[in-house]
Amino acid sequence: MAKDAVGYALTALNRLSGSEMLDRIGMRKTVERLAYTLTKSGFQAITTTARAFNSGNPARKPARLNAPGHSRDLFDLGITEEQQMIRASVQAFAQEVLRDQAEHADARQQTSDEVIAQALELGLNYFAVPEALGGAATERSTVTSLLVAEDLAYGDMGQAVAILAPMGVANALTQWGTAQQQSKYLSTFAEESPPKATIALCEPRPLFDPMALQTTARRTGDGYVLNGTKSLVPLAAEAEIFLIAAQADDGPAVFIVEGGCEGLAVGDDPSMGIRASGQRPLTLNHVRVPLENRLGNRNFDYRAFVDLGTLAWCGLAIGTCQSVLDYVVPYCNDRTAFGEPISHRQAVAFMIADIAIELESMRMLTYRAACRAEQGKSFQREAHLARTLVKDKAMKIGTDGVQLLGGHGFTHEYPVERWYRDLRAIGVAFGGLHL
Amino acid sequence: MNIDIPKKFRPLINNAYQVARSTLRPISRKYDRGEHEYPKELDMLASVLDGFNEGDPANSAGATTTGRGKVQDDGSVKNGANMGVCLGAMEMCYGDTGFLLAMPRQGLGNAAIAAVANDEQLERFKGKWAAMAITEPGCGSDSAAIRTTARKDGDHYVLNGEKIYVTSGARADCVVVWASLDPKLGRAAIKSFVVDWGTPGMELARLEKKLGIRASDTAAINFTDCRVPADNLLGSPEIDTKKGFAGVMETFDNTRPLVAAMAVGCARASLERIKELLKDSMTYDYGKPVDNCSAVEAEIYRMEAEWEAAYWLTIKAAWMADNKKANTLEASICKAKAGRVGNSITLRCAELAGSLGYTEDDLLEKWARDSKILDIFEGTQQIQQLVIARRVLGLSSKQLK
Repeated sequence: MAKDAVGYALTALNRLSGSEMLDRIGMRKTVERLAYTLTKSGFQAITTTARAFNSGNPARKPARLNAPGHSRDLFDLGITEEQQMIRASVQAFAQEVLRDQAEHADARQQTSDEVIAQALELGLNYFAVPEALGGAATERSTVTSLLVAEDLAYGDMGQAVAILAPMGVANALTQWGTAQQQSKYLSTFAEESPPKATIALCEPRPLFDPMALQTTARRTGDGYVLNGTKSLVPLAAEAEIFLIAAQADDGPAVFIVEGGCEGLAVGDDPSMGIRASGQRPLTLNHVRVPLENRLGNRNFDYRAFVDLGTLAWCGLAIGTCQSVLDYVVPYCNDRTAFGEPISHRQAVAFMIADIAIELESMRMLTYRAACRAEQGKSFQREAHLARTLVKDKAMKIGTDGVQLLGGHGFTHEYPVERWYRDLRAIGVAFGGLHL
Repeated sequence: MNIDIPKKFRPLINNAYQVARSTLRPISRKYDRGEHEYPKELDMLASVLDGFNEGDPANSAGATTTGRGKVQDDGSVKNGANMGVCLGAMEMCYGDTGFLLAMPRQGLGNAAIAAVANDEQLERFKGKWAAMAITEPGCGSDSAAIRTTARKDGDHYVLNGEKIYVTSGARADCVVVWASLDPKLGRAAIKSFVVDWGTPGMELARLEKKLGIRASDTAAINFTDCRVPADNLLGSPEIDTKKGFAGVMETFDNTRPLVAAMAVGCARASLERIKELLKDSMTYDYGKPVDNCSAVEAEIYRMEAEWEAAYWLTIKAAWMADNKKANTLEASICKAKAGRVGNSITLRCAELAGSLGYTEDDLLEKWARDSKILDIFEGTQQIQQLVIARRVLGLSSKQLK
């Protein structure tokens, strides 16, 4: 479409706001926000410098977790007593702390240190580290990790991402890391103050496909050199350990990069939702990675690495959708119009019935994929189908949640507008997390 | 947690699959065209199913064992009769939905007898083919509005009224009829009676001509001063205004997952067929994000995801029944999901196949007609939504009409 008179006028206005003339006539303040936006891509900061990670005495073989002994050849939706106990404490934390802090954390675009400290008291990090490396994990617990993601997101998805990102790195190191990588990095997750850590996979372009990365890892004499841009990286400014996905000569691979290393910089590009996750873009400008920091060396399944991240996002979607359902039920029962609660109208009630139906659909596909992953069975198809269904249904539930509250739903007075923004992430996000 | 079908069901699934492919599919079109012809091939098949039933119910694909778990309640996890029946029904409807409904001695009436009959009645009706008569010209989903009456007269009840949409109504040996002892007392007064064909006053009015499931006959039956032995009343003869109807409704907790299973089976046939027809134009690698696939590939993946959701929701509801967990909500959820997903998948697959899917040379067009009933009987989509909404919102039927 050709530019018309209005278009030209807007272009002129844009030039004006960017020009130095504003300073001379004292109008800079009024267009400050715009000026910031124009220059944001230029804003870069170095990442947080990592602690000194010590290789120690690596074991001969990496510590791996096996499929849990409790699963039998029976269809069973029941969970173990241990899982019930973990869920109970996570749920209490999510409802009391995360829900309470959600609006504030969203506005600040950060999960507070207090919340992170309280989350650490849950001891989730110990469950991500095998016993041999000082943790408490004795068997693979993909389903437990999924349920924890769901329960945390019931409180708040953004803060859940910030809490889960380091767990994801620990899980990935447990599943794929070499003995040396586990000794150097994984063991620190079982320490008193575990490192903040995150996974950088997504890249900023339309129709992003995690199997087709544009970030490159060029092999040199003593390692790799990474170049490219990553997006939606949780805790990007705070993380001490990054797992960064890049295209190597022999296919996509993941590299362990320490915070503060040369060439690694974080940008600033606030997102629609999951703002408390501290997500930022990450640029890699000739970042040098030693040979031994290629995750798993050759013993690595990139596809499964991606899919375990996708399932974590599906789990978050389930938790947030459950909070939508639990919120609209009392709201629609209390809100009256034309002399009776709006829930007495089928147009309203059937929307709620559909939320209940599709939420259970999301659960079944996601749980199934996670169960298969936990048992060491193939789960690519199941994860693909779960994501395909979950991203659509979750957004529908998010938009219906706002719709059911009408004008109220559109304001920050009610949490449904935040859930709407958060749920849009499910179809967009890749990586960041790992069950 | 484990979301998979245990190995012990493999023989059952395989038996039913073999029946579907070797017996049902080859005669599917024949009885779709020849509506109201008796599918005599089913007699042999039904005998085989009876054999399965009498041997180990876990190997049966029939409906008679629904709701009657043979297993003891010792607190351990059960994968029992309800799950087995659903798995069997999925395979049979993957073959042909009409035939499953027309299967001798596997009627919904048999399920009702199995669920509520006393021991003496179970023995007396053993081996009989029982159809189910609930719907009337003036009442469908609103079963409280049943106008057929049952008046006590000595050791008989006298039935008067008109029943429609009785599946296998003319072919069965007897019909389980819902009738009211006193229409003024609403749902609590509704009781079910086993009425044998040949009872004076019971008359076949007509057989319906239908959109789909034409192999299954649908009868309209009139009752005029039809005297039924009092012993043929199923359940308690007392009118208990407190619970009364609840007992009748409980049947649905077992039969709704069964109908959901039928929808899942029918839709699988369509999905499998369209994937076969499209195999040269796409790869099914479950690799690319769905938005990066071609439109048709994305649609296949979406349909497959919806189908899987319906499948596992159905298994979940059956698993709950097997483990004596209250499953009214889950039964309605799986029925609502499978009903609508099954219908939309079969319709879309017929469309994607182009004229191939619209003409009688392929069964896609038939499955797209058959699937519609599965979103209607045992409670329409809208009734399931009402049940679900009332449960979730905690509202009564007076509040949420």
